[in-house]
Amino acid sequence: MEAEDVGSERGGQVMAVGRLGGWAVGLAILLTAEPTNRLTAQDTTAGKHVYQKWCAGCHGDNGAGDGPAAKHMIPPPRDFTGAIYQIRSTPSGQLPTDADLLRSIDEGLFGTAMPGWKSRLSDRQRRDVLAYIKTFSSFFTDTTQRPQPIAFGSAPGGGGAEALKVGRQLYDSIGCRKCHGDQGRGDGPSAPTLKDDAGHPIFATNLHENWRFNGGGTVEDIYHRLRTGLDGTPMPSFSDLLENKFLTDEQLWRVAQYVRSLSPKETPVVRDVLHAPLAKRLPHSPDDSAWTAVDVYWFPLVGQIVHKQRWFAPAVTGVWVKAVHTADSIALRVVWDDRSESPDTAWLGHIGRVLASLDTDDSTREQPAPWPDQLAVQFPVTIPSGMERPYFLMGSASAPVYQWRWSSSSRSAAVAGLARGIDRFDPLPGGAPGAQAVYDHGQWRVVFTRALASADTASQFPFRSGRAIPVAFFASDGSNGEHGTRMAISTWYFLALDEPVPARVFISPVLAMVLTLGLGMLVVWRAQQKTSYRKGRQ
Amino acid sequence: MNGRIFSVVGGMFLLTVCSKGNQSNAAPVAPPPAPAAAADIATAGGTITGKIKFTGTAPRNPAIDMSEEAACKAKYPTTPTEENVVSGPANALANVFVYVKSGVPAGQTFTAPTTPVVLDQNGCRYHPHVLGIMVGQPLEIQNSDPVLHNIKAIAKANRPFNVSQPGAGMKTSRTFSAPEVMVNLECNVHGWMHAYAGVRSDPFFAVSKPDGSFTISGLPPGTFTIEAWHEKFGTQTATVTIAGTESKTANFTFAAH
Repeated sequence: MEAEDVGSERGGQVMAVGRLGGWAVGLAILLTAEPTNRLTAQDTTAGKHVYQKWCAGCHGDNGAGDGPAAKHMIPPPRDFTGAIYQIRSTPSGQLPTDADLLRSIDEGLFGTAMPGWKSRLSDRQRRDVLAYIKTFSSFFTDTTQRPQPIAFGSAPGGGGAEALKVGRQLYDSIGCRKCHGDQGRGDGPSAPTLKDDAGHPIFATNLHENWRFNGGGTVEDIYHRLRTGLDGTPMPSFSDLLENKFLTDEQLWRVAQYVRSLSPKETPVVRDVLHAPLAKRLPHSPDDSAWTAVDVYWFPLVGQIVHKQRWFAPAVTGVWVKAVHTADSIALRVVWDDRSESPDTAWLGHIGRVLASLDTDDSTREQPAPWPDQLAVQFPVTIPSGMERPYFLMGSASAPVYQWRWSSSSRSAAVAGLARGIDRFDPLPGGAPGAQAVYDHGQWRVVFTRALASADTASQFPFRSGRAIPVAFFASDGSNGEHGTRMAISTWYFLALDEPVPARVFISPVLAMVLTLGLGMLVVWRAQQKTSYRKGRQ
Repeated sequence: MNGRIFSVVGGMFLLTVCSKGNQSNAAPVAPPPAPAAAADIATAGGTITGKIKFTGTAPRNPAIDMSEEAACKAKYPTTPTEENVVSGPANALANVFVYVKSGVPAGQTFTAPTTPVVLDQNGCRYHPHVLGIMVGQPLEIQNSDPVLHNIKAIAKANRPFNVSQPGAGMKTSRTFSAPEVMVNLECNVHGWMHAYAGVRSDPFFAVSKPDGSFTISGLPPGTFTIEAWHEKFGTQTATVTIAGTESKTANFTFAAH
């Protein structure tokens, strides 16, 4: 169990019980029977030391969320002076409990720059810093502001298909889709207008990525967020619906179960090698039924922070990729979630807020424009013979890379070319791959096709089976202000064009087994013959 | 829609001075909260009245695109607009929150009315757009639209809140614990929806009517700093000294920008 009120203890008590298990801390609290959140006379010197070393860089010396790194983050670091916290167990507007705050410190806030500190700071340090953080707001010393956790209960049984159907209907009827979109990808009609309390841009969460939910991705976590809301953000509490008898508790659980069902059962695991099986026919369309039988691979993307202009707030979190090949051609299907079919003027206000929230690398601040969405798939110019690969970030002047570039402004046309560094791209005449794209409820699905071999072997990358082919991905969401060097990038992965397995691979082991078995039986038979012969002589 | 402001604000005036019924100009579009019951506790005192105007040309209120909300759009014969600057004849300025910023004796406490101030969401706009409320007085938020609204209070001295009302007929009651001018109320589903609540620990406040007039009554003797707050034009102050039950005038003129 976690202690409810660790910060309410005096420093000495924390020291005394710090090395014991959580149950002992809880027991100590029960025995001290102090009111929650009392910080008076608490020694917060130790907490201040931890804070200044580990936290102030983002959250600022005075806790106002204005540290030197803050202007590189969306969402920005928490401003502790208002004591407004997203992840709580308490009703909307109430302070968080100490256990709530400790959970955010311990585990971090997924999908943000806030890491978990459980493995980096000792129990004592985390509790000290928690106590210190509370000193930034007088609300924590206000005795009329005692947080009272909601009694959440537990999920009702019967979470099957029928329950999900109920959840889906409620998702529509209580208006989740207004921000989170029809399919839950954060692309609802109100999504482009969303701001947090400080006026910073904020995305409606993509409900298909539960591993990035701030407060955790389980059904229980989702239900808790529905009850408490995320204070400081546009996400309201839905507790009043229960009080108004607008919904039953079970119905709200069904919403949580439906939201959970939108994400994969397990957090996607990154696999290094993208296998492209041999197919009889090449699927050119993103929604060709042939793709359903093909294994999908997840490649996470991060902001491009190597070259100026650097980009700390990428909107595309990763790509889902499938690949197949025939005897002479390859098809690569890249799918990624994107809240907007850019260029879209509805998002201009959002772009303006994004640009205003982030520091640029130079003094000029760009004006928002309706930029398109973009995707690039990168290969080397030739398959490297050793471990040496070109520079992952679009090659270099001396070692270029081969790329397919696609843009939503001409969605059924892609360009092939050589990139010689992030700011130089030379299209190859006549070498364009085939491209087909679909935008569907917050998701792009693009298929690239090309012949394996090309007459222009000098620059058109020759695909070959049986070799590990380096591949990397780059994506830009134009409606998030991304263009040029502002994009999301991956590292090198590998593409393998699988060959059909020759018949001998299956036959040889069987032959070997039969032979071994036969020989073994022969040996046993001979041994038995000898034994019976000896017995006969005795 | 302004009628409701007057009924609410007027109701609160009645709590302090029953004889100076302030409802004559109010043409309520909805039943006003019953204010008369508390009239007994009212005490006589000084009164400050005034007119609020602006110079220059008022900025045009942006049109609201309600195409995503057919049920709200249907409530308007023509394209609705935001209510950033609501003006009357002769550049009279409505929706100005006028209050006693300082001068009320520090030790004096005032009991908050139990009558709620009603904030209605109707036609995807707030009614009233600007309201005054006392610390501890209930703010009853109701939804007259068959669509999802969330009501977010952005505050510094008060705790914030953010609650949802996905259907018509829903009601939520909230109170504020500290004086604050202003608490911003907004709906994130409909980015154009803004309302402002002036929270005071005394009853000496008013919201200007479409003719720009306001009345603050029941004041004890003393010298007061009066502040007038407008969401686009900023604030102005005046100093008024009251002796006995006299009535003083404080007019404010904002510069449109």
